[in-house]
Amino acid sequence: MTVPAPYHLALSAVLFTLGMVGVLVRRSALVVFMSIEVMLNAVNLAFVTFARLRGVVDGQLLVFFVLVVAAVEVVIGLAIIVDVFRAMETVDVDDVDLLRG
Amino acid sequence: MLIPVLAVLVPTLPLAGWALNGLWGGRFTRRTVAIVACGAVAAAFAAAALLLWQIRLAPPPGRAPAGGPSWIVDLYSWIGAGSIQVPLRLLVDPLSVAMALVVGGVGLLIHVYSVGYMDGDPGCARYFAYLNLFMASMFWLVLAGNLAAMFIGWEGVGLCSYLLIAFWFTRPAAAAAGVKAFLVTRLGDVGFLLGIFVAFGVFGTTDFGVMTRDAGARLALGGGAATALALLLFAGAAGKSAQLPLYVWLPDAMEGPTPVSALIHAATMVTAGVYMIVRLHAVFLRAPAAMDLIAAVGAVTAIFAAAAALVEPDLKRVLAYSTISQLGYMFLAVGVGAFSAGIFHLTSHAFFKALLFLAAGAVMHALGGETDMRRMGGLARRLPRTTAAFAIGALALAGIPPLSGFFSKDLILSEAFRAQAWLWAVGVAAAGLTAVYILRAFALTFLGADLRGAEGTAHDPPPSMAAPMWILAGLTVAGGGLGWSFTHPGILERFLLTGLRAGAGPPARAGGAGEGTLVAASVLVAVAGIVVGWLVYVRRSLRGGVPALAGLLSHRFYIEEAYAVGVIGPVRALARVAAVADRTVTDAAVMGLARALGRSGQALRGLETGYLRHYAAFVLVGVLLILAYWVSR
Amino acid sequence: MAVLFGGVACLALAGGVGVIASRRPVHSVLALLLVLGSLAVDYLLLDAQFIAVLQLIIYAGAIVVLFVFVIMLLHARSGEVARVPAVLPPAAAIPVCAVFGLMLLVVLTGAAIAPAAVGPAFGTVQEVGRALFSRFLLPFEAASIVLLIGMIGAVVLGKRLPPSPPDAGRPAEGPGEGRSKRRVELR
Repeated sequence: MTVPAPYHLALSAVLFTLGMVGVLVRRSALVVFMSIEVMLNAVNLAFVTFARLRGVVDGQLLVFFVLVVAAVEVVIGLAIIVDVFRAMETVDVDDVDLLRG
Repeated sequence: MLIPVLAVLVPTLPLAGWALNGLWGGRFTRRTVAIVACGAVAAAFAAAALLLWQIRLAPPPGRAPAGGPSWIVDLYSWIGAGSIQVPLRLLVDPLSVAMALVVGGVGLLIHVYSVGYMDGDPGCARYFAYLNLFMASMFWLVLAGNLAAMFIGWEGVGLCSYLLIAFWFTRPAAAAAGVKAFLVTRLGDVGFLLGIFVAFGVFGTTDFGVMTRDAGARLALGGGAATALALLLFAGAAGKSAQLPLYVWLPDAMEGPTPVSALIHAATMVTAGVYMIVRLHAVFLRAPAAMDLIAAVGAVTAIFAAAAALVEPDLKRVLAYSTISQLGYMFLAVGVGAFSAGIFHLTSHAFFKALLFLAAGAVMHALGGETDMRRMGGLARRLPRTTAAFAIGALALAGIPPLSGFFSKDLILSEAFRAQAWLWAVGVAAAGLTAVYILRAFALTFLGADLRGAEGTAHDPPPSMAAPMWILAGLTVAGGGLGWSFTHPGILERFLLTGLRAGAGPPARAGGAGEGTLVAASVLVAVAGIVVGWLVYVRRSLRGGVPALAGLLSHRFYIEEAYAVGVIGPVRALARVAAVADRTVTDAAVMGLARALGRSGQALRGLETGYLRHYAAFVLVGVLLILAYWVSR
Repeated sequence: MAVLFGGVACLALAGGVGVIASRRPVHSVLALLLVLGSLAVDYLLLDAQFIAVLQLIIYAGAIVVLFVFVIMLLHARSGEVARVPAVLPPAAAIPVCAVFGLMLLVVLTGAAIAPAAVGPAFGTVQEVGRALFSRFLLPFEAASIVLLIGMIGAVVLGKRLPPSPPDAGRPAEGPGEGRSKRRVELR
């Protein structure tokens, strides 16, 4: 492990924050989704780093499961976005506000 | 061997009929409904008859401590709590079998009669279901082996009484009468229930056999416990059997169909109070003061209701007051200790009063539901057979020998004379009034000018209604043979005596001259009453009367008005106070809570913007707080 | 190696900024691909060969392609027209996220643990596979069910619905009109 773990973790934290900014700021549901993928990847990076740090392979397995769930999530999420687009002619998350109190 | 099976069958067969007609009666044809209902009751009656045969035949499995032969059928343990054990228990002994036979026999006849009477009513299946439920409850009441089990039947017949009085529930008067009957008898039932509790306290059980056995040991003669128990039970009996001052529901109960009046409000349910007192005679004998009160209440009720019947314009209500009056005789009988005489009168009354009601029902049937005697008259020519049946019932009620009413009433009067002369005097006076009012009813209905003129299509009832009337007429004529003879106890009394007053031996009956004089006197009074009634209402030669008395009578001594002022008024006032309290305290609290929740909801509503990023930001803030906690720790 | 990590980290950060800053969704997808690829290299640096391969196959191969397909389906209309979203201005969102990121940095990098020594087999398909089929067998099976459910869900959602009446919350008006109306409401 030539590069110390904190560097990897810092990269993970910055990526996570970038993804969050995207979720909060962007209006296109697609871009919001991509930002979420960025956040997931940041978490994965942290997992892999810790796995290496502890010398235990469990962290990598967790990444494996995150990948599975992310794939399913993308499939369902994109299907929902397509449906929303069909129903409302928009993918702008600010236009989808039926739950407004 | 057969006895337990038969004893269980008697109440369950009508119950099965109720279940069949109640669940699927709407889909049955009218004919099927009638066959199911009548068949169930006929089978129950047959089972009761077999029961009679069996207990005459078989030796008792062991002499009960009370002396009489009795069989106990335990169904299952209903309440088991420490020392308090309440099994659902049936008690088969001469008294319960005799009563079950009366109930089953009259009930069967009235079921058959109802088939014709209710023909064409859309609620036919409901009617027969209720009627069968009533039969089941009444059989259960009669056969119950302890007070708690009896209470089930007691309330069951009360429920059926309510349901059947208010059978035509779309009529406000019928619905109100049902409610009134239910509430007034409930007043008495409170006493009955308290009496059951006292019995638990005194005996540790409410088993009739144990209570009869231990009454002498546990209850001091004339003691407080005995008196309290007797009075509380009598309160229940007075409510159920419409004695003063709880009689007010029975006249209104005539809103129900006439067969119901005949079955429930004349022959069976209203006599349950008498039956209960006879069943627990051992307890009542320990409380002479209560017995005196019962006798006095019975005598006063007898003469009061007879007087009220004198001015009543409605045919069925005349019969209702007559029933109250006759029930008064029964209470008079049991109050002076003549228990078997009470049961004898109960039986003969069941015959002739059911006959009178059925005849009245035939009149109503012919006249399209008319009950006001002022709009009847001259029906003897149109309904000759009904007139004959009513006449037989009326003569029995008036106490003309050799009809059954004469024998039973005379037996009560002679027992009363032996106890207290004033009770006898009141009873004889009431008997005179009885003769007058029933003659009045007969005259107004069947004699005189035909007020309905040419419009009349009135005719005698169809055979299905006529046959029960004739059978009852036959029983009315022959029923006297059940219980009367000059020198020794009659058949019924000897049969009952094996269970009643055991140990004391059959009472020595005073025969001879004293008895003959009493009989002569009561016959004389009855004949005099009929003559007076004839003069007043048929010949109309005896006129006059005291207006004040007539006013008093037509208001029934203002008892209803006293209830209105003394009971209903305060209850209404209390209800008004409660309503205000409900609005200002309870409702205010509930509504205030709801409003507070609503307002807080309105306030928080702004958080639900519907914008995805706001929700994400909330999550972020939450995570931030948790992180801050970790970092600062 | 440090140089490699520096390059990979720069590419990843540039990709992340590209995802959230691009005007057009297609550019965002390309930036996302950059992030995924550079992270795969970083995984290799962390002795996670198997995961690195999975990253390329699943993320870059499948998920990104799916994004591209959806963008193609919804074509140009998914592009954002207006800039500043009024409901949570970036002026508010970005400082909040910055604070969060700082805290994340502190938490994640605060623990200085000496890295454990690992053998040459660490992170290979064999080792990961052995763990997967022994200790993680139940989660593995559960994951297969999750995938199945995802498939069914996608089929159900993708079925063309019968033409429904325009829903009550949003009567027949174009997105543009809706947006202008929103503006009015917000002021």
